[in-house]
Parts: sequence; C-alpha cells; structure tokens
Amino acid sequence: MSATIDIRFRLNGVDTEVSVPATMSALEMLRDRLDLTGTKYACGEGECGACTISVDGVTVNSCLMFAADCDGRELMTIEGLAASSVGEALRASFTRNGAVQCGFCTPGIMMQAHSVLQKHGSCEPADLKRTIEGNLCRCTGYVKIIDSMAEACVAADEGA
Amino acid sequence: MGVALDITRGETLIGKRVPKMDAPEKASGKTRYIHDINLPGQLHAKILHAGVVHARIVSIDTSAARALPGVHAVITAADVPWQRPIGVAKDHLPLKTDRVRSPRDEIAAVAADSAEIAEAALNLIKVVYDPLPIVSSAEDALQPGAPLLHGEELAWTSPDGRREVLHAPSLDNVAMTFNYAQGDVTYGEAESDAVVEDVFWLHYVTHCCMGVSGVIAEFEANENLRLYSNTQVPFLHKREFAELLGIDPGRVRIIQPPIGGGFGSKLDIYPFEPIAIFLAKITRRPIKLVFTREEEFMASPTRQPVLLRLRSGCKRDGTLTFRTIDTLHDNGAYTSWGATTPFVMMQTFSSLYRVPHCQYRTRAVYTNNPYAGSFRGYGNLQATFAVEAHMDKLADAIGMDPLAFRFKNAQEPGEVTPQGMLFKSCGFKDCLETAALRSDYSRKHAEYRAKWHDGNPVKRGVGMASMLHVAGGAKIYPSDGCGTILKIDDFAHVTLITGASEIGQGSETVLAQLVCEELALPLSAVTVVNNDTDITPWDVGVHASRTTFIAGNSAIGAARKAKAKILAAASAKFELPVDRLELRAGHIVEKDSGNRFIEIGKLIRSLHFSDKAELVMTTHYYEPPSQHQDREFKGDVSAAYAWATQVVEVEVDTMTGIVRLLRVTGAHDVGRVLNRLGIEGQIEGGIVMGQGYATTEDLIVENGVVRNPSFRDYKLVTAPEIPEIDISFIETMDGEGPQGAKGVGEAPAICVAAAVANAIYNATGVRLYALPFTPENVYRALKQQARPPVWRVAP
Repeated sequence: MSATIDIRFRLNGVDTEVSVPATMSALEMLRDRLDLTGTKYACGEGECGACTISVDGVTVNSCLMFAADCDGRELMTIEGLAASSVGEALRASFTRNGAVQCGFCTPGIMMQAHSVLQKHGSCEPADLKRTIEGNLCRCTGYVKIIDSMAEACVAADEGA
Repeated sequence: MGVALDITRGETLIGKRVPKMDAPEKASGKTRYIHDINLPGQLHAKILHAGVVHARIVSIDTSAARALPGVHAVITAADVPWQRPIGVAKDHLPLKTDRVRSPRDEIAAVAADSAEIAEAALNLIKVVYDPLPIVSSAEDALQPGAPLLHGEELAWTSPDGRREVLHAPSLDNVAMTFNYAQGDVTYGEAESDAVVEDVFWLHYVTHCCMGVSGVIAEFEANENLRLYSNTQVPFLHKREFAELLGIDPGRVRIIQPPIGGGFGSKLDIYPFEPIAIFLAKITRRPIKLVFTREEEFMASPTRQPVLLRLRSGCKRDGTLTFRTIDTLHDNGAYTSWGATTPFVMMQTFSSLYRVPHCQYRTRAVYTNNPYAGSFRGYGNLQATFAVEAHMDKLADAIGMDPLAFRFKNAQEPGEVTPQGMLFKSCGFKDCLETAALRSDYSRKHAEYRAKWHDGNPVKRGVGMASMLHVAGGAKIYPSDGCGTILKIDDFAHVTLITGASEIGQGSETVLAQLVCEELALPLSAVTVVNNDTDITPWDVGVHASRTTFIAGNSAIGAARKAKAKILAAASAKFELPVDRLELRAGHIVEKDSGNRFIEIGKLIRSLHFSDKAELVMTTHYYEPPSQHQDREFKGDVSAAYAWATQVVEVEVDTMTGIVRLLRVTGAHDVGRVLNRLGIEGQIEGGIVMGQGYATTEDLIVENGVVRNPSFRDYKLVTAPEIPEIDISFIETMDGEGPQGAKGVGEAPAICVAAAVANAIYNATGVRLYALPFTPENVYRALKQQARPPVWRVAP
C-alpha cells in the first residue's frame, strides 16, 4: 500500500479533510471514502464521462484525477448539484423530457450539462451535442438528453 | 413524482408523454445500483482469468496469495468439488478444473478486505499451463482433425454422492443445430426468374452496459442464500443457484437493485455469480464482486457472430419464390443463449415476407473465442441484414422499385405463415408506406443512383429495411406468463407488485399507467415493487420484448379484480347495482350522472374498520395464448408480432470511406402507444444502438483474444454522430395487447444495419457483405480491395 497524504478541499460547499493513498483516484475517494456514490465508475480511463465532477468550476473525469490533487480545490458532485436550484431545474428537465433510462450515465451528463449552463454558451442542439461527446449513453440514443439540455439552456438564458 | 389526472374530464394517461417514475431519483445521483451497495462485513472478490487461450492446467499454487494479509479466502476448482456446470447447455464449470478454453476462463478467485488486496493476491497465484492448439474460427472448428473443445462428457457429483452426466461429449465441435424447412426449395428455385446468392459476415459486438456486471452474495444464518443481482431473469436464476448449491429453490432470494443497462446481457448465469456464492459460503461473509470495464469486455457475452449464406429468388412479377439459408455460428468456448439465436432468425427467413419455400440449416460450433449470449434483437439483426440485402438485389434483378417489391411480398393481417405464425394485427404495409413517404424514399433512391458516376467524391444514398419480431412474448419456457399482486391501502394508494423487472426500459411506469387507467387514479397513487423474488410473483424475465405485453396484461387483470371488489363494496353500501357505478378521479360515482358517492380511500377504510374487515388485495396471472413450437419449429410462438420499416439516408465520403448517417425515418407498428415519451426513447436508443452495430462497433477477436477491451478502442456512437430521427407510430390496436399495445424493446435496433447497407449501395453502387462499415472497411470495399466473405464450411 502506498503512502497516505492528508488533503483539504471544499466539497459541495462543505470543508472536507481526508487522508488518502497517494495513488487513489478522486473517483475512489468520493465513492469509497466519502460515500458519495452518485458519481459512477464505468470505464476508469476517462472515455465515458460517467464519473464527471466539477473541480474549480471545470468538469473533469474523476477517474483520471488523483485524490491528492483535490487539495485546496473546490469540488462539486451530482449530490451537490442536485441540492442546488440549477440542479433542480436540470433534474426536472431531464425527467420531463425522458432523458433518463437506466440512469447510470445520467449524473455525469447532468454535471456536463450544468457546466454548459454556467458558461452561457450556445443553446443550439448541434453545439450541445458536442459538449457531451465525452459522455457515453447506451440507452437513450442521446436525443432526449439534447432536448433536455436545450430546454434547460433556454430557460437559464431567459432567466438571466 | 406523478402526473395528476382529472378524470372527471374523461382524461387518460394512455398515449401521453409520461415521465419515468424513477427519473428524479436517478437524476439526483441517489439511485443505489449494485456498485453503490455495501453490506456490513462484506469482502471484495476478484477473479483470476486464465489469460491463455487454450491449455491444460498443470498446476495452481495459491499459497502466497493465501498468506497475504487481508485475504480471507482463495479458491480454485479443487476447493469446490461440488460445483455444478452452468448455462444453456450445462457445458461450463464456473471454476475450471483441468483445462482452459478461453482467455477469460476463471481459474481462481480471492475474497479480501478490499478490492486492491484481492487484486494483489491474484498476482501471487502461480498457474502452470500446457498450451493446446487454438481453434480460432468456426470454419476451423469443423475441419477434420480439429482439436475438440468439449470432446469429453461433463458429469457432476451432488453433495450426497449422486453422479449425473449433464453434458454429452461433442465429437465434431458442434454445440447446437437447428434445421427448418417449409415447401420445396428445389421447386421454388425452378420457377424463379431471378436468383441471387451471397455470403454475409455478421461480426462480434457486445452490450456495453454503462453499469458493469456485479453481484453481492450473502448467506443468512439459516443458510438461505440472498443475492443482490443485476439479472434479467431472477426466477430462473433462483433455480440455477439452488441447483448449484443442492438446496431447495425456495431458499434462494434474489434482490435486484436498479440495473445500469441489460439489453440481454444478463439473461444467462455467468461464472462470476457462482464464484461469489462459493466465496460467501466459505468465508461466511457477504461477497461483493464487481467487474472492471476490461473484464466486462472480456468476460461478458457478445452478440452471436454469424457466417451466413443466402440464396433466394423471385418471379418476374416480383413474387418471392424461395430461400435457402445456411448459417454457421461461432459459439465460442461455452454455450450461452447465442447458440439459440437461429430460433429467431428462422422466423425472419420464413415469415417477414411471404415466401412459399424456405430451407434453413445451421450449426453453432465451439471455438476458443468469446461466447455469445442474447443481445437486443436476438439473431434478428443478422438475419434481417441478409434478407433485406436480397430484397434490394432481387428488385434490381427484375427491374422493380425496391419499395414496390417489398409491398408485393409484405405480410397482411390474418396471415398464417408456413411456420405457423398468425398475424392477428399487422401494420407492415402501413410501415412501408409511411416510412417511404416521410423519407421521400422513391424519389431520392432514383436520384442518388443516377449520380454514381458524377465525379463528386461525396455521395448520398437511401436504404430501406423492414423487420418482424415477437411482440407478445415468446413461448420458449413451459410458461411465458407473469404474475401481479395488487394492494390498495386505506388511502387508496396502490402498490403494484409485479414479477417483471425494470432494467431502464421504463416498464414500471407503463405498468403503473395501465393500472391507473383501470382504477381511475393518478400516477402518483401507484408504487411499483419489482425487485425481490421473496415478494414478487413469478415471471420468466426481461427478454423477447415481452414486458409491456405480458406484465401489462397481468397488471390489468389484477386491477380489474380490485375494481370489481371496490364496486361490489360500494354497491352494497349505497344499495345500487354495480353496473350503475364507476370509478372516476379517486371517487366512486354514478355512471350516468357523474354524481360522487364516496372517495375510494374512504370506502376502503370502511372495509378495514368494519366488523367483517376486508382488504382490497388481488392477484392475477396472465399466460399469453401463444403456442410452443413443435419439433419442426412450427407454431404460433407469440401472442402478437411487431413490424417496422426504417429508411436510412447516408453520406459516403468515397475519399475516406466515412459513412455518416444523416437521417433515420422509422415507422413502427407498436399496436398502440401507451407512453409516448417512453416509446420514443426506446426507439431512438435502439436506432442509435443499430447505428453502432452498423458503423462503429467491432469487438476485435484474434485467435481467441479480445484486442480492444476498452471504450478507447471499442467505439460506441457519441452524441455528435447521431442522425436526425423521425419516428411514426402505426397503431394497429392489437386485440390481445394491453390497451392494444405490442412489445417494442428490440424492434428499433433490428433493421438499421440492413438499411445502411442498402443506402451505401444506393450511394455508390458498391455492396458490402460484412459488418461493420468502418471507414477502413468501406474504403477497401469501394477500392475493390476488400475480400468478401466466402463460404468454405465443411459439410
């Protein structure tokens, strides 16, 4: 077992301290140490996007990030997003538009969708498709995910 | 989360866009999949896979692994002498005894305090192998003198010393055969004006469920087995695991957490499940075993790869005359459901179009390759690919428009096919017409074809394909039924306890809608329980697009019984005949006037608190009126059949071989739309899965080894690549279907690849006979550098 490192960061708005092995990924830390199981393991090599979280406002594949690199950063997971008003709006949009089937990729895609809303980018479906090209979904065929993102995007623009 | 309903205005939930009941939970990250469940005291298990392709096991040394701190158990076949063969043909031992037939073969397993320790222990296990010659293809497996993969019988000795032969030796590597015939193909060929013959190769693909496989096994103090499992067939699994342990199936309880995708991959029992059970029995602790993605690619099933030779003919006026089909299925090292896909394939060959003479011969043979399971569409993608290529080629040969040719031979309602299928409802011709019209098929087909030689390197094409699939169950097991228990509590809240599992397809929402329709309650009044075999009544599992149809009819039956009970109580209370009463918006009302007598909840409370207290709790078992097929595979195997036509428009860059799907126009006979949102999602997802099968997905297997076991190298379709999708529903209101509906789960994936192949031909004049249509494969075909598949199979 490798040496452990003490790290501190802000997680979903709460100051958090944890001691982690130097080789542990942020995904393992979230799931196995902090019981935040909303973030999913599906490939472990940054190809599917199921483990997407936000670090200092930027989405990352948490399977590719060392837990130790979270030190001093601001993290948000699906649990943090779900508790916010924008998360609530996204959840309503994903539900209403049928974007969720087995749901395993959904948290990662919601994190990516949230990042798109934060950036105030284009709400055009063609542009939205590109923003989730790193998120694999095996059930929905993506159509309803794009519909949901577009609806939430337009609503956020109108609200702004 | 539910949809409120004002039934006083005659509203219904049927056909509406009803959001999935589990969506808010899933979109909050709160849903606990098997990966997210941890039991107190649980150990983590890992499996040592052989890594070698075909070998004798000379010795296994586990001493160093056993000595590693944190390791609680290391097991090999020697530690479980009572282990029993598993799977469709009982030719597969969970832990291998003396021989390896595939690199994924399970040699040993470890239970440890953490997955890391278990992994470290695997690295300490020393196995000595004596290599054997590799059988790398189905053709090679049939060569005279080919090494035999299962040349010995496989026997099992029960804990009480009873010896039972479960698998007979295969002395020719043939695992399974299916032969079917109708009419006289020699006669059919003689009266043909055009005959075509081709060989097709349908490749390996795999399910790629986003949630990898996993299980948690635990023994209760009384030695009953409790299993948290992603299986799609919990009731069949109960029996399998009980047999494995030599215990009564009643002592096995299977709990299904929400499942991260199934698509047929979880229809069989796989070695990891018994292995977790062995470890739980030995350690007396809960055992959690979850695959890595690499394991998921390597050690879960594939779609059945098939080499297929098709010969078919027609008369000058377009009448189909005959079909002769030979298929060779690469069974892989063990037999799972893939070997039985010919069962569905023959249905397409014999009955998608009217064809009087048809002969089908097939073998599934053992190789050292990955073994194939069931995968959405179950053989039908492969069969449809070949049949629909020939529909275009025959139309071409007699100078007929491909649409008109299909129309001439399409099935109609009332038809009984030579295989014995009765098409009580059939919207096939409507599907053809609608898809053609909405895609402007005929005009584009002629226009694109005229541009084959115009000098523009980027070509466009349209291709059409249709499909037939079971849509009212498939009577393969002694029963194809499903049970429902329905409980209405004192606040008129309904608990719908169904045998049918939810694997993401949205069945629980549809079942709740059907119950709401009968009881005139809003969706928010229904909770669906579908995940625990100790509670839920029997069902044969999620497969064959059967859940809406079978479980739906079962739920309706239970709801009608509950309604009768409520109305009878109201009738007694208000001294009015039952036929003058009706349920509406949570109330009992007088049918004609709409006058409200009482809330349903209040009436039920009065039943509970009366001196002759009574509950509103009903059960219903629905068995479809379908037939088992006879030994010649004839019989009406499903209570309903689904139809679809899809037209795909593509762009082919002849400089690079890149094929882009621009637009898919689908017309689907779904009987009746129950949940518009859900059915759209199923069809869109199925189309994109079909797109992957056609263009990007390729599980590369070389000499038994999977070369691309990762999402980096196995390409799923991503969001920017999806086509525009246009879906039309043909509502045939099937008489047996729940509210007229038919099954739809598999249908949308079935014709995409066939339509893409026809579209590439329409764009370029080049026909491709082997999947997938990757840029490299397409480029080689366009430059005539591709070697088309050949049939060099030993007789």
